[in-house]
Amino acid sequence: MKPGHGEVLLAEGDVEVAEDEELLVAEFRRQIDAGMWAAVPIGSGAARREAVMVSSFEQVPRDAERVIFFPRAAGGS
Amino acid sequence: MVLALSATLIVVVALIWEVGWPGVSEWLDRRRAGRERIPAPDYDPGREQRAENRARQLLRSCVSEEEWEMYRDLGFIRVWGGLPQGADDRPAADGASYAYLVYPHRPLLAYLPQTRELLGEYCVDFPDETRPYGSDRLPDSDDVLARWMALTADERRLLASSNLHVAGRQVDPRRATRDLWRLEEWERRRMRRPGGESPAADTLPAR
Repeated sequence: MKPGHGEVLLAEGDVEVAEDEELLVAEFRRQIDAGMWAAVPIGSGAARREAVMVSSFEQVPRDAERVIFFPRAAGGS
Repeated sequence: MVLALSATLIVVVALIWEVGWPGVSEWLDRRRAGRERIPAPDYDPGREQRAENRARQLLRSCVSEEEWEMYRDLGFIRVWGGLPQGADDRPAADGASYAYLVYPHRPLLAYLPQTRELLGEYCVDFPDETRPYGSDRLPDSDDVLARWMALTADERRLLASSNLHVAGRQVDPRRATRDLWRLEEWERRRMRRPGGESPAADTLPAR
């Protein structure tokens, strides 16, 4: 998520394909190193939904469709 | 003839001086101070609207149907609290749950749904320090999604990152009370709707 742009696709691929996974891991690390928070939305349909925060690629559920990176929270005034 | 030309020339020089001097003066001042003008990206309402449209689609794909309709119709989302001791560390009454009203770019407003008592404001931002277009503010719907994800994933961590203020500091209590009433009415109408299907197409969220 970016100011003035909204959603930006950073990388996509199949975690079952080694090359893709390498690419996804590299992008994940780059975003975390840049200070972003990462969350995985879970749940589907009309049921209650929620998100899971992840700080390493290993924590991302293997069946996750996407990981959303957003700026970390800071106390406002 | 010469006199007329001279008078015209003097007038032209005076006009150029009058028009050009402020700019020249500012340039001289900057030069003396060793500063350069920092190019600021122009505000582009079209770009911001496209960003907001993308953000709304992303929000819609992440939250539940009820939450999306709530945001679209009312301009905020209610997120139920999950901490056993309550949002304000007061022991929760028997079975009393609490919730937050999540507005874009406003504090999280904690309240008790049973009594509509406002508990406090949790002031938190998600500033993007890279400021890709000169602003660190996410589009409204992205900001709501960031709050929703952080709240539903790790409420305690988000509250720890925020500044707690008494209710009424930024969100007018009259507005909050009115929004709680609107939410109740909205839920009543939604319950009466057969099947609870979406009544309207993709529209902008209410303000």
